[in-house]
Amino acid sequence: MTRRVVLEASHAVAEAVKMADVDCIAAYPITPQTHIPERLAEMVADGDLDAAYIPVESEHSAMSAVLGSAAVGARSFTTTAAQGLALMLEAVYIASSHRYPIVMAVANRALSAPISIWCDHSDAMMARDVGWIQVFCQNNQEAFDMTLWGFRVGEDKDVMFPVMVHLDGFTLSHVTEPLLLPSQRDVDRFLPKYDYRLALRPESPTSHGGFGLPDIYTEVKYAQEVALRDARRTIDKAWDEYADIFGRRYSALEGYKTDGADTLILTMGSLGETAQMVVDRKRADGMAVGSLNLRLWRPFPFADLKEAVKGVKTLIVLDRAFSYGGPGGPVASEIRSALYDIAERPRVVGFVGALGGRDLDTGTFEYMIDRGREISEKGIECLYEPLLVRGLETGTVVRG
Amino acid sequence: MAWKDYTLPHEVPWNEVELGAIVTTPGSASVKKTGDWRTERPYIDKEKCIRCGLCWLHCPDAAINQVDEGYFEVDLYHCKGCGICASICPKHAISMSEEVEQ
Repeated sequence: MTRRVVLEASHAVAEAVKMADVDCIAAYPITPQTHIPERLAEMVADGDLDAAYIPVESEHSAMSAVLGSAAVGARSFTTTAAQGLALMLEAVYIASSHRYPIVMAVANRALSAPISIWCDHSDAMMARDVGWIQVFCQNNQEAFDMTLWGFRVGEDKDVMFPVMVHLDGFTLSHVTEPLLLPSQRDVDRFLPKYDYRLALRPESPTSHGGFGLPDIYTEVKYAQEVALRDARRTIDKAWDEYADIFGRRYSALEGYKTDGADTLILTMGSLGETAQMVVDRKRADGMAVGSLNLRLWRPFPFADLKEAVKGVKTLIVLDRAFSYGGPGGPVASEIRSALYDIAERPRVVGFVGALGGRDLDTGTFEYMIDRGREISEKGIECLYEPLLVRGLETGTVVRG
Repeated sequence: MAWKDYTLPHEVPWNEVELGAIVTTPGSASVKKTGDWRTERPYIDKEKCIRCGLCWLHCPDAAINQVDEGYFEVDLYHCKGCGICASICPKHAISMSEEVEQ
């Protein structure tokens, strides 16, 4: 039976891991992810979850431990944030290269320095090219749903990739809100038992992590790249199944009031809901504005984006990270690049803000929409506009 | 299965690479010809050899095999020419000579 409960996103993730009946958890606590491993450790200690819980000495060890458990075919989970993700990064690449369907929740937090425990997406952007499937959550329900869905997608025989579930640190990880927890019966219907064909077994020996000389490395990497792109079919299929069983429908790129919109504002993570509030206000004022929530970051939904921007004049993109010395915020620059080949493309206006936990209120969203349209209409040269920087005049743009 | 029966990595197209490049046939590293990295080639003088096996024991690549009557032979397909065998031989029965193009 479905239950309505009040949980913070961290505990929602832990519930999903428990209902997925994982075999192995290895994690090192780091703010703001701490409540996830803490809750899971309690579940294992209380006998509510029959799994090996490995309290490791670092994030690098956490990922290394789940690489080992994944290699023997155990359903495996880990979780981290910011500096922890940076420390484990070497092993993060191994997970996708070996095609181990580990699920990892990342409670997004700003990278040092200066030390900040608060939310932005610089940790996620650092890990952009690790070759994992990556999704961003807007709320606590999504944190539960994407974690459960992550095992279903990652372990599919046509996919076999690790899945990173991004949830905004504090904004989601520590905020309680109501959500629906499904019945174990429905979870078991959705998530079949995991069977790994190449699991390390004494009776059928395999070597994981072999040497790849120049005569094979390119082929191995190309196979990985094609497989991640092809994973999209199963990603959509698993979201369809999720809707059929649990009644909540997800997609790679979600539009809100996009019909007839000449301006769209695109966000990732929890700010999507703030954007929707502002879209409602602007629509009430008669402005043809909608919003896009980019849920699926990798593999990037190119076709969905091209479809979504048909007839749109201005596409405003909010980045929660800098690409120092680069082509604007990492998300905006990818979106510009994704749309470059189409003839009728919108002007992409990038803003960088909400860094290191700084709030971005609805007023600032209204500013972004108005200013984004102005930059677009007047054709102002702009790589991006930094938001709310003390000492910087409002409207200052950074040019290439 | 002899090492010569394995598919060489340079014969595998991208769409036949095993998932995660995981190796499903044990011992497949032996197929890789590492002998062509060699700049010096060991030669064992059978007259001086006392069949003590120190070269066989010390070879970091298992490229020295015991053959008839307990003598030893260098597997030039894998020998990288490091010279440890020549250095360790108590009877100076192993000499290194420059590798030349055949």
